[in-house]
Amino acid sequence: MEKTFKITTSEGLHARPTALLVSTVMPFKSEVQLTHKDKTVNMKSIMGVMAQGITPGGLINISANGEDAEQLMEAVTEVIITKGIGEEC
Amino acid sequence: MLDYHGIAVSSGVAIATAYCLIEPDLSFEQSTISDVNAEIKRLQLAVSQTKEELQEIQALAENKFGKDKAAIFAAHILLLEDPEMLAAIEVKIANGVNAESALHEVALMYIQMFEGMDNAYMQERAADIRDVSNRLLAHLLGVEIPDYSRLSSDVIIVAEDLTPSMTAQLDTKYVKGFITDIGGKTSHSSILARTMGIPAVVGTKIATKQIQHGEKVILDGVTGKIIVDPTKEVIEYYNKRRNSYEQLEQELVQYRSLKSISADGFAIEIAGNIGKPEDVERIITSGGDGVGLFRTEFLYMDRQDLPNEEEQFNIYRQVLEKMQGKPVVVRTLDIGGDKNLPYLKLPSETNPFLGYRAIRLCLNEQEIFRVQIRALLRASVYGNLKIMFPMIATLDEFRAAKEIILEEKGLLSSAGIAVSDSIEIGLMIEIPSAAIIADLFAQEADFLSIGTNDLIQYTLAADRMNENVAYLYQPYHPAILRLIKMIIDAGHKHGKWVGMCGEMAGDEIAIPILLALGLDEFSMNASSILKTRAQISKLSKEQLESHIEHLLMLSTASDVEQYVCTHLIV
Repeated sequence: MEKTFKITTSEGLHARPTALLVSTVMPFKSEVQLTHKDKTVNMKSIMGVMAQGITPGGLINISANGEDAEQLMEAVTEVIITKGIGEEC
Repeated sequence: MLDYHGIAVSSGVAIATAYCLIEPDLSFEQSTISDVNAEIKRLQLAVSQTKEELQEIQALAENKFGKDKAAIFAAHILLLEDPEMLAAIEVKIANGVNAESALHEVALMYIQMFEGMDNAYMQERAADIRDVSNRLLAHLLGVEIPDYSRLSSDVIIVAEDLTPSMTAQLDTKYVKGFITDIGGKTSHSSILARTMGIPAVVGTKIATKQIQHGEKVILDGVTGKIIVDPTKEVIEYYNKRRNSYEQLEQELVQYRSLKSISADGFAIEIAGNIGKPEDVERIITSGGDGVGLFRTEFLYMDRQDLPNEEEQFNIYRQVLEKMQGKPVVVRTLDIGGDKNLPYLKLPSETNPFLGYRAIRLCLNEQEIFRVQIRALLRASVYGNLKIMFPMIATLDEFRAAKEIILEEKGLLSSAGIAVSDSIEIGLMIEIPSAAIIADLFAQEADFLSIGTNDLIQYTLAADRMNENVAYLYQPYHPAILRLIKMIIDAGHKHGKWVGMCGEMAGDEIAIPILLALGLDEFSMNASSILKTRAQISKLSKEQLESHIEHLLMLSTASDVEQYVCTHLIV
């Protein structure tokens, strides 16, 4: 399953919001990927996500695959919305 | 038992364990391995040890600095456990490369990738990756990385030199003293030791090579003696010495609530120098008459970007409120020279002390300066604020800086924001050109503050950080004394007060001379305030004045020193 979000934090996906997202998906067994501008990285890799250099207004597509994919997506959506990192498209 | 000598720069006696801040040796051999599984297990073990260590640091940082500042370590743990990075390392190990080399190669690839990004913020993340991979490498090699933010028992810090940002992180609760290889009386580690009220011996040249981490050390900040691995008898002797030193400090306590006044009734102000808002507490407990120098550059250090107006406003307000109406002299940003801000990306200069620094930078990068000025003006209603500019060489610079204050004040007032009407605006006299035309400055400034550390090094053309010319750092040089007299006389001629915020203001030998010359305000480290008040209370200004003419005619610094010691010290 997948979902697309628009990043709204003023500084884009800097270390802190990235760390928050990565630590949210880390405990899940599912594989999870983040795509930005046609480049896909493992979302459990903080370096991979940071290296995307996502700026404010950037679109990210999160795609999860595995036994707990649904729970993962629920958790990551909640963090993105409640922590003001971005909004669902 | 071994003993060494260095330059005693901050008095007191400390007995504690040595804590060596030495860059750990992380060198390793590249080799081929045969047992891939064992090598991967070794890597995994090092990862889990590193993780535990980072969690510990995170918890400590949370206690000390709050959740916000500790968040960086949570990010470090994620970097450490990055599945892509670990997988890449394991692939290399599977190809027969030892874990150290595999880690080094993979980390280097990531570091170069981040360093190559066109965003300054991302480039700085390379430092985080380097930090984490070095920590992991240290665990693979079984080398301990000293980390001064996680002290848990009393230590004496031993280092080649201490940078301002390093010392800012030290937990004063456990740090009982400093020993460094390089530095002199006015290097930052020395100034900070005096601010913190702990003993320090610098310029030992060999301390980091001779003192082992964890060894018992005695540090005598009065004589400059360092004793490593002392015998029981020696410890006992120094315990007594420490106690009698502390007793002397106790005797000074009676001066806390007394006025700063000479034996013949001449009143002066004895103020304190601060670098951080919390240093104000030490001035208050020592009964200081004000803050004579607030070095604001510490607000800008040890961070990734400039402090914003709100942040600065809160800090200035806090200091002004704590001083309860007593004067607070704030020196505007004095960066450059030996104090660099990596994020400003200043060009490196061959002669930074004569280069682009302090007011020169502020008048050129006006937005940085204006943010500070606005924060100060807004805070001015919470106490008795005075503003001074560092490194003024010409009257034009002073006028331009003053004009910016007036402009910002006008803008704030028209926006309906309250600004005090009685803010005095002055300048540091620390460049010989300014000292020589102090009379012209005194006509336009509200006060003059003599910065002796720089005034001495610029007048004698001797870099105070260079040990080979340290002998030229001569506060009692007749040229310096005559310059000081010129500045004080110039200020008084125009009805302006004159202060001194360099090291010299708290110097036992200089004090009788300065009192005789009519210095109005002496600003020093909090730890010297009571001692100075006690000394001045025993001196008669009138009597000292009768010596001044003769004193100013003496030919050398040592003649002056000798004369003061035999005739003027009570």
